[in-house]
Amino acid sequence: MSDIPSDLKYVASHEWIRDEGDGVVTIGITDHAQDLLGDVVFVELPEVGAEFATGDDLGVVESVKAASDVYAPLSGEVIAINEELEDAPELVNSDPYGDGWFVQIRLSDESETDDLLDADGYAELCEAES
Amino acid sequence: MGQQTALYQKHLQMNAKLVDFGGWDMPINYGSQVEEHHKVRTDVGMFDVSHMTVVDVTGADAKEYLRYLLANDVIRLKERGKALYSGMLNETGGVVDDLIVYLMTDPDVTGEWFRVVVNCGTREKDLRWMADHTAGFDNVALTERPELAMVAIQGPNALARVISVVSESRGKLIENLKPFQGLESEGWFFARTGYTGEDGLEVMVPEEYVADFWQALADAGVAPCGLGARDTLRLEAGMNLYGSDMDEKISPLSANMGWTIAWEPADRDFVGRQALENQRSAGVKQKLVGLVLESRGVLRSHQKVMINGEEAGEITSGTFSPTLGCSIAMARVSAEIADTCHVDMRGKLVEVKVVKPSFVRNGAKVFS
Repeated sequence: MSDIPSDLKYVASHEWIRDEGDGVVTIGITDHAQDLLGDVVFVELPEVGAEFATGDDLGVVESVKAASDVYAPLSGEVIAINEELEDAPELVNSDPYGDGWFVQIRLSDESETDDLLDADGYAELCEAES
Repeated sequence: MGQQTALYQKHLQMNAKLVDFGGWDMPINYGSQVEEHHKVRTDVGMFDVSHMTVVDVTGADAKEYLRYLLANDVIRLKERGKALYSGMLNETGGVVDDLIVYLMTDPDVTGEWFRVVVNCGTREKDLRWMADHTAGFDNVALTERPELAMVAIQGPNALARVISVVSESRGKLIENLKPFQGLESEGWFFARTGYTGEDGLEVMVPEEYVADFWQALADAGVAPCGLGARDTLRLEAGMNLYGSDMDEKISPLSANMGWTIAWEPADRDFVGRQALENQRSAGVKQKLVGLVLESRGVLRSHQKVMINGEEAGEITSGTFSPTLGCSIAMARVSAEIADTCHVDMRGKLVEVKVVKPSFVRNGAKVFS
C-alpha cells in the first residue's frame, strides 16, 4: 500500500499539495504515482515566474517506463522549483513528499483549494483505480 | 491471474512487482529497475526466464530439418554444445521468431540432436510452425520441455558466483564453457549465453530444484532482476526484441539480422530464402540503426524519425540507458540516413546521433 500523508491535499491526477501558509503551496507527485512510473530519470520543470491555470501542463516526468505530464493542481505563479531534481531525479522515487518536491506556487485563487481531496478521498481513488 | 513459473513464490518473498507478460505473471522489478541494471553491469544479477519455450529436436533428420527451418545454418555448429542465433522466417522473408539453437551432441554423430529456445509470447505460433515444417522429413521429433525452469545469471561475476553454489562437477563444467556454448551436467544445462551484453549463464534446471538454486544464488549475493532491467540491458547491448524490433512483416535485412543469414552454401534451401534473395538484389530500403539522444528526454518506441523535415522511419525500441546516463533507441529508418537525424518527441523535433545499434558491451560504451 502506498504512503498517503494525512496532512497533505491531493488531486486525481496524483499530485500532492502542501499548504505553506500566506497563499503559497508546495507541489509534488504522490508515492502511488512514483510507484506506477518506476525509476524517474528526468524531470522537466517550469521557469520561476511562469503562471499556470488549474489543469495546465506544469512539467513532464520521464521514467524508464513512460513520459508523464504533471498538471497544475491549482492556479498561480511559480515562485520556486526544485533544482535538485535536475541531477538527482531519483529523489522523486526515494522521497516523493520531501526532497522530491517539484515546485512552489503562489496561489491566484485560494478558494480553489476547497476542491482538493483529503488523504482519505485520495486513498479511495487509488483503491478504485487498482 | 496468469501462468506462474516455479519461482513465483520466491518472487513474492523477494517483493517483486509482478506484471502480465505473454500470459505469465513475471517480475518487472524488485524495487528499482535502474539499480538492478547497474548490478548486472558491475557485479551479477539473475532473471527468471522460465517462461521461455524450450523444444528439443531429435531424430535422424533433425539436422536437415533445422537447415531448412532456419535462416542460419546449424552446420556451423562444429562442437558439442555450441549455440547459434537465428531467425525462423516465413516464405515472404518476415521473421516468425528469433531463437537460439544448441547442438546437444558431438557434431556429425548418429543420434545428433538440438535444443531450441524460442520466445514465450510466440510459443503457440512457433510450435505450430515448427510442426508444420516437419512435413517432408521422415524422422524428426519435437519435444517441448516445460518441466525445465530457466534462470539467467548475468554480469562480470556471474560464472564465479554460480560456481560457488553448485556441485564440484558442475563447477568444473562451467569453468570450461566457452562463450556461446551450453552443456549438460547431471540433468542441468549450463549455457554461456544471455541477453544483456555481459558474460553470464543461462541455466536450465528441472523445476523442482529451481527455488533452492535461486535462493542459494540470492544468499551468495546475486541480485534478483526483473523484466524492466532485462529490457534496458538488452537494448544497450543492441539485441533485438521480437515484436518490437522485428516481426512477421519485417525482413532480417531490415532488422540488423543480416549476419544471421547463412547464404552459403547457395544450394541450401531454407524457408524464406527466395524472398531474401529477391530483396537483396532489389536493394534493401530500410535498416535498423541506433540513436543516441545527448540532451534531456527519453526516446520511446513509435516516435517518428525525421530527415530534412520528412518522415523517414520510426523508433522500434527506446529507453533511458542507465549505463550511459542518456536515452538510446533502435529505429528502422531509410537506408540513406546520415550521422544525425531528428526525432519527433511529443511534438518537438530533437536532434539525435545515428550509430550502429550497439551501445554497451561488457560494461563499457561501444560507439563513438
